[in-house]
Amino acid sequence: MTRFEPVLLKNVGVEGARTLRVYESRSGYSSARKVLGTMTPTDVIDEVKKSKLRGRGGAGFPTGIKWSFLPADRDVTYLCVNFDEAEPGTFNNRYLVENDPHMLLEGILIAGYATGSTTAYIYIRAEFCEPFHVLQKALDEAYAASFFGNDIFGSGYSLECYIHRGAGAYVCGEETGLIESLEGKRGWPRIKPPFPAIEGAFGKPTVVNNVETLACLPHIIERGAEWFCSVGTQESTGPKLYTLSGPVNRPGCYEAPLGLTVRELIEGDDFGQGMIGHKKIKGVIPGGLSVGILTADELDCQLDFEDVRRYGLLGLGTAGVIVINEDADMRAVLANVARFYAMESCGQCTQCREGTGWIDKIAKRLAAGAGRGVDLDLMIELTRHMGVLPGMSICGLPDGAAYPIRTIIEKFRDELEDLIRRQEPGDAEAAMKQINPAVYALPMTEQRV
Amino acid sequence: MAWQSIDRVTPADDDSDEPLLSEAVKEKIRGFFVRYPTKRAALLPALHIVQETYGQISHRAMRDIADLLEIPPSHVLDTVSFYSHFWRHPRGQKVVVSCRGLSCELMGAREVNEAIASHLGIREHETTPDGQYSFVTEECLGACEHGPCVLINEKLHKCVKAADVPRLLADPDNDKVDVPRSDLYDGLPLAKKDVLPDND
Repeated sequence: MTRFEPVLLKNVGVEGARTLRVYESRSGYSSARKVLGTMTPTDVIDEVKKSKLRGRGGAGFPTGIKWSFLPADRDVTYLCVNFDEAEPGTFNNRYLVENDPHMLLEGILIAGYATGSTTAYIYIRAEFCEPFHVLQKALDEAYAASFFGNDIFGSGYSLECYIHRGAGAYVCGEETGLIESLEGKRGWPRIKPPFPAIEGAFGKPTVVNNVETLACLPHIIERGAEWFCSVGTQESTGPKLYTLSGPVNRPGCYEAPLGLTVRELIEGDDFGQGMIGHKKIKGVIPGGLSVGILTADELDCQLDFEDVRRYGLLGLGTAGVIVINEDADMRAVLANVARFYAMESCGQCTQCREGTGWIDKIAKRLAAGAGRGVDLDLMIELTRHMGVLPGMSICGLPDGAAYPIRTIIEKFRDELEDLIRRQEPGDAEAAMKQINPAVYALPMTEQRV
Repeated sequence: MAWQSIDRVTPADDDSDEPLLSEAVKEKIRGFFVRYPTKRAALLPALHIVQETYGQISHRAMRDIADLLEIPPSHVLDTVSFYSHFWRHPRGQKVVVSCRGLSCELMGAREVNEAIASHLGIREHETTPDGQYSFVTEECLGACEHGPCVLINEKLHKCVKAADVPRLLADPDNDKVDVPRSDLYDGLPLAKKDVLPDND
């Protein structure tokens, strides 16, 4: 494989890349100038449609099509930038903004112009303190250079841009949850329709885009949609930021064309360089926690929007790869995953609130060495009730919870059953009652032990 | 579980009749009004400012914010109670937020978290008797490549080992961030920023 020349990460490692001066000296803001000076919003939308750019936030929805859902007769439009990156294993947005904040700001200008937005809000999660300061500093510089505000580049187009800090809620990464949170409410996702493009923030047409999606825009404008289509695979075009974490030699954020295999990412010299201490791989969570898990036999899975589905995964997700080595106890992994969703469920939909809560309790009991043969089937049954796409829930969180839990149980069933068999019966009962007396006392499960 | 009650986020007993927010804090909050079409949208920034200034968001503060934003106090409580970032009990000067996400856990976060708890002598959500440290864990801090990671106020500590914990917590500068901060941090619009003194 020939080495891929980084595009999104081209300024990483360049001294002073966070400053406007250095960014501009590396052809920064030239795309924004071109867009505002010579193109109409329709031209930009057409170019983005031609590039087949798909949203990088997880769902992979085509960006150009999302923009074209906006009603024609609108006076106010909001652009929300989703920087509430909270999916475990994912840190590409943070990496991008920490190193090159102006690339995002240029993308915002282009997207804002294309959608006719009047105000852009960057929703950043509260835990990102340093990235917040970096981004705010960059935004100040851009404002001082009149790249935001009134009559940008003399084009007559005006765009205000503000940073809005979240306060610690995973579900605010869902686009309508983000909008609610922006409005100063609890981050409860809304029932759709109406979709944000029709009635979003403050009841006005709104576009919500991920940071990485917007960072792709300057390059699509600069190099053209054809170049973008020539990178990656037929249906998944463009470069992608892959993030790699867990016990590998070189965890980090790497850029490659879509379609990179999991094996290449973990073992490649340009990427992860193999496992720490040459340990065996037990499993890989390839796209942020919510997409599911791959076994060590499935490492040839290509990380693009299509191939992942052949392996029973929810989708590409955010391409945040977490590697699990042979030392890990799958019961502990399952308990960690289950707890995450139970903690982050917003509690609006019963099946999600209760489903994730009960799975959490069962998984905890299993991890404590008090699992029962029936538990695995019980958890799978619960995931089936939590929503299958297209779901019965307000947002995708229960689907995102169901996939990793179900795939961990199905793909590692032998190991889990073996661990359950090797438990001492007396210990099991004691631990079980201690951890969760209520579950143990349920009459419907009692006879199934 | 956003719908679960945790001690540190149950409202502290502070129902005095005297307004709590100073005029300077109110002015800071008003600085955010220009950003949004509704006053209510300035609620999250207002809560951040109040928590930064007073360390917690008390009942009294919620009433004051409600007055300022012209919304019922119950709406403020509604929002505050949803977000895990907000404290309604007094917290320590430094809040240690430790990651328990999967990547960090695979790299040994559990030992780190136990080390922090035992070194400080407190459990999660608690504050040390001298009021210096509070300890909480979060699901994912978004720095998975540096696992296990620990956030102390604004400073992210990367690749922390359990053995490092005593040294880390003894360091008085463990919460200092060395990035340039924006003048706009107080949320004032560009035109007004010269008018008000920085009172942080």
